[in-house]
Amino acid sequence: MPKNNTRLLTRRQTLKSIGAAAGAGLVMPSIARMAHASTQGPIRLGFEVHRTGIGSSYGRWYERVGTAAAKRINAMGGINGREVEIIAEDDGTDPRRGAEVVERFASLHECDAVFGTLFSHVVFGAAPRAGELKMPYFVISEGYHVAGGLLNRYSFQPGITDVRAQVKAMAPYVSQNLGKKVTMFIPDFAFGHDHRDFFSEAIKNQGGEVLEVIAIPPTETSFTRYFPRIPRDTEMIYHVMVGPAVLTFVRELGEFFGGRGPALFGYIDSLEAVDTASPGLEFLEGSHFWEGMPRFMQPDADAHEKMYREAVGIDENGASVDDPRDISTAGHMFGVWETLSVIKMGMEMSGYQTRADTGSFIEAVESLTKFPLSDDFPQGEKIFNGKTHQVFGHQNISLVEPDGKLKRVHRTSIEDTLYENDVDYTTQSL
Amino acid sequence: MEFGPHLLLASLEGAVSAAVLALTAMGLSIVFGVMRIVNVAHGEFFMLGAVLAWWIASMIGAHPAVGFVVAIVIAPLAVGVIAAVADKVILQRIGYDPERTIVATIGLLYILQQAALMTFGPDARPVTPPFNQRIDLPWFEFTKNGLGLFWPWGLSITSYKLFVVLAAILILTGVWLLMTRTRFGLIMRATQQDREMSQAFGVPVDNVFAYVFGLGAALAAIGAVLVVPVQQAHYLMGHDPLLLSFIVVIIGGLGSLPGTVIAAVLIGMSDGIISVFFSPTLAKIVATMAVAMVLVFRPQGLVGKAAS
Repeated sequence: MPKNNTRLLTRRQTLKSIGAAAGAGLVMPSIARMAHASTQGPIRLGFEVHRTGIGSSYGRWYERVGTAAAKRINAMGGINGREVEIIAEDDGTDPRRGAEVVERFASLHECDAVFGTLFSHVVFGAAPRAGELKMPYFVISEGYHVAGGLLNRYSFQPGITDVRAQVKAMAPYVSQNLGKKVTMFIPDFAFGHDHRDFFSEAIKNQGGEVLEVIAIPPTETSFTRYFPRIPRDTEMIYHVMVGPAVLTFVRELGEFFGGRGPALFGYIDSLEAVDTASPGLEFLEGSHFWEGMPRFMQPDADAHEKMYREAVGIDENGASVDDPRDISTAGHMFGVWETLSVIKMGMEMSGYQTRADTGSFIEAVESLTKFPLSDDFPQGEKIFNGKTHQVFGHQNISLVEPDGKLKRVHRTSIEDTLYENDVDYTTQSL
Repeated sequence: MEFGPHLLLASLEGAVSAAVLALTAMGLSIVFGVMRIVNVAHGEFFMLGAVLAWWIASMIGAHPAVGFVVAIVIAPLAVGVIAAVADKVILQRIGYDPERTIVATIGLLYILQQAALMTFGPDARPVTPPFNQRIDLPWFEFTKNGLGLFWPWGLSITSYKLFVVLAAILILTGVWLLMTRTRFGLIMRATQQDREMSQAFGVPVDNVFAYVFGLGAALAAIGAVLVVPVQQAHYLMGHDPLLLSFIVVIIGGLGSLPGTVIAAVLIGMSDGIISVFFSPTLAKIVATMAVAMVLVFRPQGLVGKAAS
């Protein structure tokens, strides 16, 4: 039976060579890993971008920041010795398409993780599908949906703070300096409702009250009709609008009051990607805005912030270096940069190589606690809560100067933003 | 805000939206009246008008008024030409067959919308109004000394918004004169009444259709150029005007010009007033409900003649 003998021999030889390879792997793990890495190709990160639809101004800048951050990571040697490849797809700022895009990332592009979603209704549409597909899903949304326990173990928000933390930290400053009787303008979906719920609570704790909440449908184009509902004894108007009509909103607000109205406190969301020197916005002078990160270069900006601004291509006024009319979404987009830093940290801690390592990658991210101020985290130091999957950081309040520029007048501490955990995702199964 | 000033403000806002709506719906109504086709891409001609207005105004870059004046002349003309070409290239080839026309104009809707997205981009862009003074409005009250005037907080309008209403009235008057007092109007009405007989009398029906389709689109574009300094140009802005124009045209009576104006004022004002006092969503519900009621009880519309 010569044939059989040959086969036996071959099998033995095969076993031997496997053993030898395993032995070599044990002796020289780093070489084995590098050889392994080079055959695996790049780490593929799916980037869910709002290229079209109502979130498109944010999407354009999120994409630029994501590309710049990936370029920097690759210049530093990639993740675990592997190049990072960003695969961007448009979700149309649409929840249904958001879920489809996550599915395409998982099955078609075979991505290792997905990041980038901003608008909270899209997060709500896509996150459950990401959980079902066991796909790590990093949102940069500000919504309380992650820390509020409404999503799942695969969803994280390590790059930007959430609305609850933001309003809690800022309520003391605005109630002392701007007014205690407040009328709120919010977009009528989850993100706006977070503002309504948590700001009402926060201002109450400061001895103030919300007189009226005016919720505006996200596709609204005309706003004057809503303004008569502002009660006469309002001391401060709190506005946080999003979408293509934000400029119309602030302009009509100015026309309505004609310079005689209450104090204004807005989220920079109401003016993201809009030039603060636009005609009709003169009335904003002296009003205050929340900014995640300052749009205009502040006199005390540190080296990390300067490095980041140069890398993403924005000038001193927060506009594109290529086109001064192309205003960035600087108040939010740093979150993309920092999220990629966190993904890198998590993958390197867990020695991530394939999708089979997703569990240990998730656990590694959950074990993170502190992000120091650095080139990786140019907005500032942060505290990460692995149980709620949410990051905490400093908040900025800026004042509109006579020349239309925003000047930071207050920076909260991280401790001001902390609140008790509403969820412990680590108890959920992987 | 007290009831009186509140109502005045709501009516003023309603008048502005009624003015723009009347222009847009008039375009749809003329197209339907003469050509007997439903143009689903009408809202996109509105959007094109706004987008072109932004493009022209930002190209010129002189005083905002110069850019605006050029835009209000050039943008509707350009949109009219695009529509006339679309009529010649697409609608004429399918013989204005009702079903195929609907499908073809849906296709046109997406082509125009995506072309705007690819060239103009996904952002909303503002156009500076040529002039824009805030006008405070007084309200009266009864005091011990009799009737007195006071200036309530927020009761105001801008000079530009008043101009929009005035401009719409002028343009609609012009359209009415065109239809009733000119040779072109006569030809259009003849084509509307009997297409084949007009052709027999030497009316170039194909060309008339192209002109009418262009005129309808140009009216939508004028409405858009007027509204774009108040709102902003955006590639998705065509949806609402399309829906509201259909509502207006159905309520007013398909193809009836006076009916269209009456319905536009009704819908625009009720939209303004209901959305101020209750909610914008309720205003849309009421308008859609009105369409259903008209279709059930008066299918020919408020002013339209019953089919003989």
